[in-house]
Amino acid sequence: MAAIFQGVGAAAPLSSSPSNSFDSNKSVFSPPRSFSVVRSDGIVNLNPKGRSAQRLISNAVATKADSPAASSSSKPGHELLLFEALQEGLEEEMERDPRVCVMGEDVGHYGGSYKVTKGLAKRFGDLRVLDTPIAENSFTGMGIGAAMTGLRPVIEGMNMGFLLLAFNQISNNCGMLHYTSGGQFTIPVVIRGPGGVGRQLGAEHSQRLESYFQSIPGIQMVACSTPYNAKGLMKAAIRSENPVILFEHVLLYNLKERIPDEDYICNLEEAEMVRPGEHVTILTYSRMRYHVMQAAKTLVNKGYDPEVIDIRSLKPFDLHTIGNSVKKTHRVLIVEECMRTGGIGASLTAAITENFNDYLDAPIMCLSSQDVPTPYAGTLEEVTVVQPAQIVTAVEQLCQ
Amino acid sequence: MATAFSAPKFAAQPFTTISPTSQHKPLKIPTAASPFLGSTRKLLRLSSSSQLNLRRRSSGSVFAVSDVVKEKKPTPIPSLLITKEEGLELYEDMVLGRSFEDMCAQMYYRGKMFGFVHLYNGQEAVSTGFIKLLKQQDSVVSTYRDHVHALSKGVPARAVMSELFGKTTGCCRGQGGSMHMFSSEHNLIGGFAFIGEGIPVATGAAFTSKYKREVLKEADCDHVTLAFFGDGTCNNGQFFECLNMAALWKLPIVFVVENNLWAIGMSHLRATSDPQIYKKGPAFGMPGVHVDGMDVLKVREVAKEAIARARRGEGPTLVECETYRFRGHSLADPDELRDPTEKAHYAARDPITALKKYLIENNLSGEAELKAIDKKIDELLEDAVEFADESPLPPRSQLLENVFADPKGFGIGPDGRYRCEDPKFTQGTAHV
Repeated sequence: MAAIFQGVGAAAPLSSSPSNSFDSNKSVFSPPRSFSVVRSDGIVNLNPKGRSAQRLISNAVATKADSPAASSSSKPGHELLLFEALQEGLEEEMERDPRVCVMGEDVGHYGGSYKVTKGLAKRFGDLRVLDTPIAENSFTGMGIGAAMTGLRPVIEGMNMGFLLLAFNQISNNCGMLHYTSGGQFTIPVVIRGPGGVGRQLGAEHSQRLESYFQSIPGIQMVACSTPYNAKGLMKAAIRSENPVILFEHVLLYNLKERIPDEDYICNLEEAEMVRPGEHVTILTYSRMRYHVMQAAKTLVNKGYDPEVIDIRSLKPFDLHTIGNSVKKTHRVLIVEECMRTGGIGASLTAAITENFNDYLDAPIMCLSSQDVPTPYAGTLEEVTVVQPAQIVTAVEQLCQ
Repeated sequence: MATAFSAPKFAAQPFTTISPTSQHKPLKIPTAASPFLGSTRKLLRLSSSSQLNLRRRSSGSVFAVSDVVKEKKPTPIPSLLITKEEGLELYEDMVLGRSFEDMCAQMYYRGKMFGFVHLYNGQEAVSTGFIKLLKQQDSVVSTYRDHVHALSKGVPARAVMSELFGKTTGCCRGQGGSMHMFSSEHNLIGGFAFIGEGIPVATGAAFTSKYKREVLKEADCDHVTLAFFGDGTCNNGQFFECLNMAALWKLPIVFVVENNLWAIGMSHLRATSDPQIYKKGPAFGMPGVHVDGMDVLKVREVAKEAIARARRGEGPTLVECETYRFRGHSLADPDELRDPTEKAHYAARDPITALKKYLIENNLSGEAELKAIDKKIDELLEDAVEFADESPLPPRSQLLENVFADPKGFGIGPDGRYRCEDPKFTQGTAHV
């Protein structure tokens, strides 16, 4: 269960799997090799430097427009994988503020099941990077109690799904205590962990808890999707006085990107413009961003100009960025990995309809995962989540 | 002092005696080695008879402290357990607790407060016995039966009463209510409605104390946390998980079980496979102590040791206080299931009456002085009620103020501004 997953899109790292929808080798840049490393800024690196093969995602057309630091910084920046970006963010914050501590299962000596806390226990000690027993509800509550009394814990759920066991503490204490205490106690915790549908991990390890937590008043939820925003959101979440739940995705940990050397944070409440466009607004987050960008390539070839926004902030929604986009394109497609019923997409549809109904030329379309427990079988699992082909069809339908 | 607990007709198993097994014989007291029972050893030495076997035990042993004290022969004790000042402080605190709860009941039936109100009558010895030993920086975590814990910890009666009336001058601005008393000034960290959910929070507060000492290098940080909860909670997972973690990391916490034998209408004996809760401490590597919770002096002696142990960094203790609530579970509970004989038995062991008797018999105080304290408390409560009555109700604008510590958490509205900057937000009418 704690196995480090294989690269994005690769079931078997070294052999090519051309049928995989993630395979960026189908793109214009694809080299003849069986594997290559394609960075998110579109540059192909034929020498992966000894890392095991990772199928990475290229931005289909435009480079990211929202990372001025990355493009305008005079320093070259450094390259790393998403889990390393998370680790870097965490380490920098722990250096900066001695009250920041980590607690969770296997975060210390083991370095974290996805290596996000690797090396931290050696550096900061066993009390600051605390290996807890398997008692999610209680150690989450312990983190909340520690936050109320002056510390700034980062609580890791080994898999987000395990946080279902901590629901009592997250809903009652994390979300509510600032309010019920009349503002006397703050709870600056960060609750983070990998979630989402992976590669045949089975139903219970493939859960999307963002929909379960979204009603809890008093918490913020963000989802990271690139090394840049992973580090930025991690740092912003730690510095925030509010309790923040940071959703990571099991399949995105090995994404590689060049990020700035200097200190930066990403705003917790803002969405990220991934690709500006004119015809349709596609709202997405986490892993589905990459399926959307994959579909975007096909759409561009077919003559469409989609605007892709990674909403990043799942609660609250950045209605400014989203609204401006809706006002421009008048068509909205939401692509998410949450389940259909009561998911983030459902809330987003309601929010957009309430606020921007007059600007819509067509009903909002929402593509979500099927309302089924994620099956183990690969073929079934593939059709549980939204695939790029469905996104293409949906846009074509929307733009008729 | 309070009468010894004799085997009652209603309990299937008497509490204070441990069924003798080959490993656990009752009343085995360690010799000089164990620091835990220091004070009770002093009591033992004063006893003229020693029917007690003294044998060295590890710190993980289980003791029935009340048995130890019970075994003393009634020869005059040269030194008392408390001074006059301490005695009066304890008396005043217990009378405050009792009178406050009685006033709550009155106010509830007059329609000044609503919802679920859980009164503490009868259990005052536990709150007073423990909390009066704490410093201001020590923390207390309680349950929904938290009014008296708040008062003992130093939260003014005015603030608690206002909170119950739902007024904006309440300790939680009227937003918490009876079951959610908090005070950052007095380090009262709740007030929790679900049983068991406060125990991890208490464990966290203890963790912070240890963290401050060891990571932040505040060498003199020896803050202790007390977690109060009931017998019903002792069957809950969070209880066991926290016993484990606290013992594992030697956190400075004392787990205080207020065993009043009833969880609403569920008798402790019907709900628990092994009703002797203190025995569960050693299973996790901490001492488990049982004490007569109707006797504030006995509670205080045990509390002293447990708190000192935590301060020294030796880790947690599980203290089971045998106590009783004279009223129902809450003001909505008709309290029909409990045997009147049981109620009468415990009413005869009223902790306030017992302390009063002790103070008078040992010439620490007199009727007049104690009556003066009673009067003082009555006046204090009149004032508290008046204050609460006259306090304003929370305005609409207060609705959204404390949802987030950083109100940017409400997000960015369609106009590009943070919602918290919207003027309607401060009026409480903004759409968020």
